[in-house]
Amino acid sequence: MSIPLSWYLILSAALFSIGLFGVLARKNAVAILLGIELMLNAVNINLVAFWRYGTGSIAGQVFAIIVFAVAAAEVAVGLALIISVYRRRSTVIADDLDLLKW
Amino acid sequence: MSSESIIWLIPLPPLLAFFLIVLFTNKSKVLSHSVAIGAAALSWLGGMVVFFRAVGVEHFGKEVFHSSINWIPTGDTWLKIGVLIDPLSAVTLFFVAWTVLMIFIYSVGYQNFGQPKGDHDQPGLPPHGATVEDEHGHKHMVPSIEPMYSRFFAFIGLFAFGMYTLVVSDNLLTMFVGWEIMGLCSYLLIGFWYGKPSARNAAIKAFMTTRIGDVFMLLGISFMYWATGTLSFQEIFTEHTLSVLASTATPIFGLSAAGLIGLLLFIGTVGKSAQWPLHIWLPDAMEGPTPVSAMIHAATMVSAGVYAAIRMFPLITADFTGHGLTTTMSIIAFTGAFTAIFAATIAVAQNDIKRVLAYSTISQLGFMIAALGIGAYVAAIFHLITHAFFKALLFLGSGSVIHGMEHGVLHTGDHSVDPQDMFNMGGLRKKMPITFWTFLIGGLALSGFPVLTAGFWSKDEILADAFAHGHMAVFITLAVAAFLTAFYTMRQITLTFFGNPRTKSAEHAQETHWTMTMPLVILSVFAIGFGWFGIPEEFPLLGGLIPNWLHEFVGGTLAEHPEVLEFNILPLLTSLTVALGGLLTGWLVYRNVKSAEEDKLQFKVLKNKYYFDEIYDFLFVKPAYWFSETFAYKFLDQTIIDGFLNRVGGVAAGIGHSFRQYFDAPVVNGFGDLVGEGAKKIGKIMAPIIQRGRIQYYMLASLVVAIIVAVLYYFLLV
Repeated sequence: MSIPLSWYLILSAALFSIGLFGVLARKNAVAILLGIELMLNAVNINLVAFWRYGTGSIAGQVFAIIVFAVAAAEVAVGLALIISVYRRRSTVIADDLDLLKW
Repeated sequence: MSSESIIWLIPLPPLLAFFLIVLFTNKSKVLSHSVAIGAAALSWLGGMVVFFRAVGVEHFGKEVFHSSINWIPTGDTWLKIGVLIDPLSAVTLFFVAWTVLMIFIYSVGYQNFGQPKGDHDQPGLPPHGATVEDEHGHKHMVPSIEPMYSRFFAFIGLFAFGMYTLVVSDNLLTMFVGWEIMGLCSYLLIGFWYGKPSARNAAIKAFMTTRIGDVFMLLGISFMYWATGTLSFQEIFTEHTLSVLASTATPIFGLSAAGLIGLLLFIGTVGKSAQWPLHIWLPDAMEGPTPVSAMIHAATMVSAGVYAAIRMFPLITADFTGHGLTTTMSIIAFTGAFTAIFAATIAVAQNDIKRVLAYSTISQLGFMIAALGIGAYVAAIFHLITHAFFKALLFLGSGSVIHGMEHGVLHTGDHSVDPQDMFNMGGLRKKMPITFWTFLIGGLALSGFPVLTAGFWSKDEILADAFAHGHMAVFITLAVAAFLTAFYTMRQITLTFFGNPRTKSAEHAQETHWTMTMPLVILSVFAIGFGWFGIPEEFPLLGGLIPNWLHEFVGGTLAEHPEVLEFNILPLLTSLTVALGGLLTGWLVYRNVKSAEEDKLQFKVLKNKYYFDEIYDFLFVKPAYWFSETFAYKFLDQTIIDGFLNRVGGVAAGIGHSFRQYFDAPVVNGFGDLVGEGAKKIGKIMAPIIQRGRIQYYMLASLVVAIIVAVLYYFLLV
C-alpha cells in the first residue's frame, strides 16, 4: 500500500492525454487507431485502480475485461477498414479521406 | 286447406308475379304474361273457393271467415293485420276475381301479342304498326307488339295485389295500404305511354286528385284510431263502439264523431271513385291502355272507393234513427245524386268512345253513392257488382272496337283518322260481330234494359229504395240520370255499330283476336245473369222464381237485417220508361247523324265538361304555380332563405379574409418563414466551415464541446 491511488490516476490521465493527442494530431489512420487503444488502456488502469482501492465490488475488474474484449474487436474491425480504404484509395492519411464534407 | 289460410294467400300470387316479372322474366314476353295470368288465375281460384264456401255457410253474416295476427306494437296493444271475408267482401271478391282474370287475358290480345315488332316503335309510346310482306310480295301495315309488354303485366299484377289486399283486409290500415298501392299503380299505368305528354299529365292529375281524397281518408283513419283505439272492422262495428262514436260530439258542423269519421272516409271515396268535385281525373285517365281503363274504372279502383264507403256504412248510419237523414248521409246522397246527373249530361256530348264510358262510370258510381247516402245498402252493393261486370265489359268492348279501328287505320294508311272518335266509326256490327253483340249486352245492361239485364235489376232497386223511403229529390234526379244513361248509351251504340261506315278505316275494321273476344263473352254472361240473383220477391210474375239470394246474403253483413221493400209499381214504371225511352230517343236521334257537326246536342258547355278543368286550373293550379314560383321560390327561397344564408356566408368569408390578411399572412406565416429561412441561411453559411469531411476536426470539435459542457456543469451545478 505504499503507492497511493492518485499516482495511478495521474498515470491513467497522462496516458489518456497522450492517446487523445495521438488521435487528434496524427495524420496516419493506423496511428489514430493506436491512440484510441492508448485511451482505452488508460481507462482500464483507472478501472482496475478503483477496484484495488475500492470497497470490494468486483465490477471494476469485470468492466476492464469487457473493455479488453471490445478493444480487441475494435482493432480488428478498424484495421480491416483501414486496409479496405487503402485498397480503394491508396492512402491511409485521414485528411485525404474527406468524402463526408458538405 | 282452411278458408282462412286460403284468404291469406289470395292477394299473394299477383305480388309474386310482379316481382318475378320485374326481376327475372321481363326479357321474355311469353313468360311474363304466363306468370301474370297464372297468378291471376290462382287468385281467381282462391277467390272462387272462398266465395262458394262462404255461400255454403248458413247465416254467413254472423259466422264470417276471420283471422288476424299482431303486426305493429303500439304500447300495450297491437295493431293487427288480418283477413276478413264477410258477405260484402265475399261478393266483392267474386266480381273482382272474375274481372281481373278477364282483363289479364284480354291484355294479351290488346297489347298485340304474337304480332311482329314495330318498324320504329319506342318504349313509352303506343305501337305504331309494322310492315310485313305476304307471299305475293305485297307490303301491309299490321299492328305491332307493345314494346313494354312485360312491364305492363308487372304493373297490372301489382294493381291486382292492391285490390285483393283491400278486399280481404279486416282493418282500415291494411285496406288503406291496398288503396294506396292501387293509387300508385293507376299513376304508373295511366302514364304507361309516358312518351305522350297528355298521358304524363293525366297520370299526375289522377295521382294528385286522388291524393286529396286520400289525405282526408288518412285523417279519418287517425281520428278513428284516436277515438276508438282500434282499426279493425269487427271491433269498430260493434253496437257499443258505434253508439259511443255516435254520441261523441265534435266541434265541426255539429257532427258526431261517427258522422265526422264517416265524412272524412267518404272524401277518400270521392277521390278514388271520381265523384264530384274530384271527378276530373277519371276522363283523362283514358290516356292509359284500355285494359287499364277497364281495371281502374270497373273492376278495381273506383269500385274500391265505393266498397270502402259501403264498408263504412254502419259507421255512417250510426246516428241514423230512421227519421230524416243525418248530415253526413245527406252530403253523401247529394254528392252521389248530383254526380250521377252531372256526369251523365257531359257523357252525352263526348265523341271519344272511351270518354263516354268514363263519364258514364262517374255517373253510375254516383248512383251507388246516392243509394248509400239514403241507406239503401243492398242496392248499392248490387249495383256495384253488376256495374263492375257490365262496365268492364263495355271498356274491354270499346278497346276491341278501337283495336279493330286501328287495324283499319293501318290498312288504309290514313293516320288522320282518330280510331277512338265515334263519328269515324259506324256499321261495325258486320265487321266485328262478337264485339258488337257483347257491347250491345253491356250497353243494354248499363241502360237498364228491362228484365233481361243485370243493370235493370240493380238500378231499379236503387230507384225503388229512394222512392220507398220518400227521398223524392234523389229519386227524380236519379231517374233523369238513368234516362240520360240510356240515351247516351244508345247514341254510342248507334254511332259505333249501326248505319254505314263513315270512314275507310271503319270499312276495313276487323274482329279482334280470341284472347280479346273471349273475356267479352264471359263478362257478358255476368252482365245478364248476375241480375237474376237480386230479383225482389214481390216483383210481378218473376219475383220468387229465383230467391232474392243477394238480399239475404249481403244483408247479413249488417247487424240489423235490412227490411224487404214493399213492391210499388211507380218506381218500376219509372225505370221502365226511362230505360226504354232513353234507348229509343238515342236511336231516333242518332240513326241518321253523319258527322259531329250534325250532332245537335254538342253544347259547348257540355263539350267542355262544364269548364271544371278550367275552373280548377284557375282556382287551384294557377295559384299553386304562382305560389311556388313567385312566393315560395322567388320570395321565400331566393330572397329570405338564400338571402340570409348568403349574408351569413358573406360575413364569415369577410372575417376569414381579414384574419388571413392581417394575422395569418404577416404573423403566423412570417414567424414560420423566419425560422425556416433563418435555419436555411445559417446552414448555408456554416456548412462549408464545419462540415469539411476531416475526421479529426470533428473529434476536436466534440472534445471542445465536451470540455465546455463539463466546465459548465462543474461550475454551474456542483
